[in-house]
Amino acid sequence: MSFFAGVDVGSSAAKAVVIDDQARELGRGLSPSGADLSGSARRCFAAACRQAGIAEAEVERIVACGFGRDNVDFAHQRRTEIDCHARGAYHHLPRAITVVDIGGQDNKVIRIDENGRRLNFTMNRKCAAGTGAFLEEVALRLKVPLDKLAELAGQATDPSVRIGSFCTVFAMTEILSRIRAGVRVEDLARAALESVARRVLEVQSISGQVVATGGVMAHQPLMREILSQQLQAEVFVPPHAQYVGALGAALVGRR
Amino acid sequence: MSEQKAQVKRISAAKTMKKIMAEHFHRVDEASRDPGKKVAWCTSVGPAELLQGFGFEVYYPENHAAMLGATRKATDYIPYANAAGYSPDICSYLTADVGAYLQGYTPLQDAYGIQSVPKPDVLVYNTNQCRDVQDWFMWYGRHWNVPCLGIETHRNVGPVSEAHVDSITRQLQHLAEQLEPIAGHKLDMDLFRQSVGLSRRCSELWEQVLLTGSARPSALTFFDGTIHMGPAVVLRGLPVAVEYYQQLLAELQQRVESGEGAIEGERHRLYWEGMPVWGRLRALGELFLSLRTCVVASTYCNSWIFNQLDPDDPFRSMARAYTELFIVRSDPVKEDYIADMCQRYQVDGIVYHDAKTCPNNTNSRYAMPQRLEQRTGKPYLILSGDLNDLRCWSDEQARTSIEAFVEQLEQG
Repeated sequence: MSFFAGVDVGSSAAKAVVIDDQARELGRGLSPSGADLSGSARRCFAAACRQAGIAEAEVERIVACGFGRDNVDFAHQRRTEIDCHARGAYHHLPRAITVVDIGGQDNKVIRIDENGRRLNFTMNRKCAAGTGAFLEEVALRLKVPLDKLAELAGQATDPSVRIGSFCTVFAMTEILSRIRAGVRVEDLARAALESVARRVLEVQSISGQVVATGGVMAHQPLMREILSQQLQAEVFVPPHAQYVGALGAALVGRR
Repeated sequence: MSEQKAQVKRISAAKTMKKIMAEHFHRVDEASRDPGKKVAWCTSVGPAELLQGFGFEVYYPENHAAMLGATRKATDYIPYANAAGYSPDICSYLTADVGAYLQGYTPLQDAYGIQSVPKPDVLVYNTNQCRDVQDWFMWYGRHWNVPCLGIETHRNVGPVSEAHVDSITRQLQHLAEQLEPIAGHKLDMDLFRQSVGLSRRCSELWEQVLLTGSARPSALTFFDGTIHMGPAVVLRGLPVAVEYYQQLLAELQQRVESGEGAIEGERHRLYWEGMPVWGRLRALGELFLSLRTCVVASTYCNSWIFNQLDPDDPFRSMARAYTELFIVRSDPVKEDYIADMCQRYQVDGIVYHDAKTCPNNTNSRYAMPQRLEQRTGKPYLILSGDLNDLRCWSDEQARTSIEAFVEQLEQG
């Protein structure tokens, strides 16, 4: 049996996936990206191999993607995360889809035809609005752990609460002024998630089946419902949504 | 993604270009200090031939601003102009140039040992580039208390009518009257006609140079073009530009004849729409080279082709040439032009540079990429950036976008 690995070094976390020659996922590993991208890549790769129950040396081909792809010095090949997210998403849902990836510092919308061929892609402009970084800042301001933000948002009762600003810093000022005005934290948490979905909506016209990937989708389960409402489209979140890019990279290695 | 590091191919004529550009800057510098000579500042597609007909030495601030960008100094000086009231959202040529002047810096110091930009006797603009050139020249006009004159052009022009040409012709004729007292003599019609004729010849040769990009493999890249267009901008109307492009054309035709490409193993061909990112010319050139992808043509480099110029009808032909320009045309005309270029240069896709501070040279904000993709079937990529202000540019995001675009082209 042959083994292949994908390592996706994103701005927040490095993720690795090990697959076999039947494209079955055998192991996953994650490590915060931090300042040592090369070390993070090694750690998540080692973790994925451990979970797969194989030695690192048994992996036939390793493909790196993500903004830290050049730091994966043990990779045999590099691809962009756009290509890898597209491949990973299509693997989970092999039909014409639009992939929406909401990452730590950027988001992407990728259109794929029924044969898995990429038609186009669009990334957000150079701005943290609509990304995980925005939600991290919101969680910090609301003094709630990031992974509790969606839980809090689930208790929202006032759908009229909105965050209007494009700019993350201005949005924080807006949140603080709303808090002073007595708006409930739960409603602000939901407004923050809706704001992320609206930024995605602006990237490109989206229709048909949407596959949503990335750390934000993995950690904020309410996002699926919100994204679906905002985009007026069916949204499928694959299992282990944060690892879709790494899976796509592993699939490139298996080709 | 590259199998092995490819080398940027040098163009031998570049040595000549450096020499004639240096001579130009020294000539203008000396004229600015010689009481017997007059200096005019002119916008890049301003009435240079008319100024030459009056015997002015002509200096081009846009070229100077591009030098600030290419030497990666622009971003250092833009904040000083911002602080003086010129917004970071307006032309970063203007803000870089004015900011550098306020701080007593010019790239001419490092390149040619020239201490300051030449003090003009007159500033002459044509708003065909944008309104910002007018604001830019007016700043210097107030600063030095020298006249600032200009042509106010038409915008969003569909078919060019005789009415358009008439009005610009009259403005040019009026401008000539205004220039007389500044020059201290009447327009030398022979010199004017000669300048228009030489500009036309320069333009024809420059077009031939750019057409070597239509060969497979392409003989030059957009990044080569942005450097070698220097003489077409600042020396047009003079014999030296004609001689230079004869030399450059011969070298590139030799490449075409021997099947030598600017990029070894050219795999993909792209069209560049919009301004260059001056501070990243080299980095982008090397990135595309590593991807074996040649940017074979651009709107920008082709904007200095003025084949309507006619020495027998200098005023009217100038008016026509500067009204038929891409930048002042309507979207349907621009789309026809780009679609034609895509076909002529056999490109696989289009890269649009959305330059934050240059809306007039940005054509990706009113759904043109989507319309042209539907019409031509060519995929597109939009890069967010700027011509000079590198605060608006992300190396990482640009690299990922370009690599992902090339991966998409590789799907076939």
